[in-house]
Amino acid sequence: MNVEGTDLMHAFEEAPLEGASVEAPAALALGRAIVITSGKGGVGKTTTTANVGAALAALGKRVVLVDADIGLRNLDIVLGLENRVRYHLLDVIEGNVELDEALIRDKRSANLYLLAAAQAREKEDVDVDEMQRLMEQLRERFEYVLIDCPAGIELGFRNAVAGAQHAIIVCTPEVSAVRDADRVVGLLPNDWSPELIVNRLRPALVRKGKMLSVDDVNAILRLPLLGVIPDEPAVIVATNKGEPPAFDPNSRLGAAYRAIAARITGEETAPAEVPTEREGDGFFSKLGALFGGRS
Amino acid sequence: MFEFFKNTELFKTFFGRESSGATARERLRLVLLSDHLALAPDVIDALKAELLEVIARYVDIDPEMAEVTFEQRERELAMLASVPIKSVRKDRPSAPAQRTANGRAHAPLNQPPRRRRRRRRPSPAAPPNGAPSDGTLLAPPGTFENSAQA
Repeated sequence: MNVEGTDLMHAFEEAPLEGASVEAPAALALGRAIVITSGKGGVGKTTTTANVGAALAALGKRVVLVDADIGLRNLDIVLGLENRVRYHLLDVIEGNVELDEALIRDKRSANLYLLAAAQAREKEDVDVDEMQRLMEQLRERFEYVLIDCPAGIELGFRNAVAGAQHAIIVCTPEVSAVRDADRVVGLLPNDWSPELIVNRLRPALVRKGKMLSVDDVNAILRLPLLGVIPDEPAVIVATNKGEPPAFDPNSRLGAAYRAIAARITGEETAPAEVPTEREGDGFFSKLGALFGGRS
Repeated sequence: MFEFFKNTELFKTFFGRESSGATARERLRLVLLSDHLALAPDVIDALKAELLEVIARYVDIDPEMAEVTFEQRERELAMLASVPIKSVRKDRPSAPAQRTANGRAHAPLNQPPRRRRRRRRPSPAAPPNGAPSDGTLLAPPGTFENSAQA
């Protein structure tokens, strides 16, 4: 293990561990690695990773986001950090640079870092053991290691899961996404208890019976619900700009991600709320209400 | 697959115009059922046909009203069959072995025995809710219940 004592001290100087045993402080201080996965592509894993990470950092946690999608690097774009990537995950694994050199600090937050994926390489260039070692190294320095998993269930998925202790399943209210999520849950270690984020819910469509509800999705998956993210144009705008809504204290989306972060840390224990239509959410919902549509 | 499940409760709930959300729910249920069983839809159809064929050897059933469904219970799948019994057959075979000997143990997979029997003894119009007509015997749901590990 490549332990640098000074960094270790720095990482946790603001959060002293009460009652920590003197003999094994390092073991106690090890952070939690969470893989964010879905099976299906395009359901919002990367956006979720960026925003949950930003929200955890806003709660004062030391967070590193790891892009495990080797060959298809995207997390840097969503975070708006693409111009600052010099080194990547494979550079660290292959010993080209020290971990510190490859970690990119997000200047909008005191505690948020990114370890980018290699773009011009392939998933086969990493193996499970190497990923496990790297994640352990990161867990020594960070309270939360969020791993953005590639789509699919092949080597890239196995690598992303290898160093994690926990999984967050991202699923949209679609038949294909739920089926793939169900498959992925079956591939995770048996003793894990993955949690669910339902992404891109459109409350108006659910009300009209034109979209699977959160309950429909979870009747199949039966996972603890971490949160529900409504489908809003603001997500696209945020990705265009590279500014995750979780950084914006006034954003409704940001609030949804912060609620998820608080549930991850255990600061929030109430069940996740399912978003409803905002008042005056467009002309047609008003029209529907006028003609006695269901509320 | 569709034929197989068109009598299921969930499907019947959405009589008339069906919302696309309900269609999604039903499709999702069926596809996951197939995934978990690791059986292709046509094999599940065959399973149902053979199951009814076996039951029909002993009792006179109404195959049109028979329901064979699967449900997910925590970690396992359960197969539930509800098969209305019209009467106990008089020509009940004494032992299944005899039928095997004359080569009639297995019906053709996609040819349930319903048609043959219905011609011989036409059943009264089936009530829409699946209840038996007067004087008939209805096997309660789960009479032929079986549990299988997914």
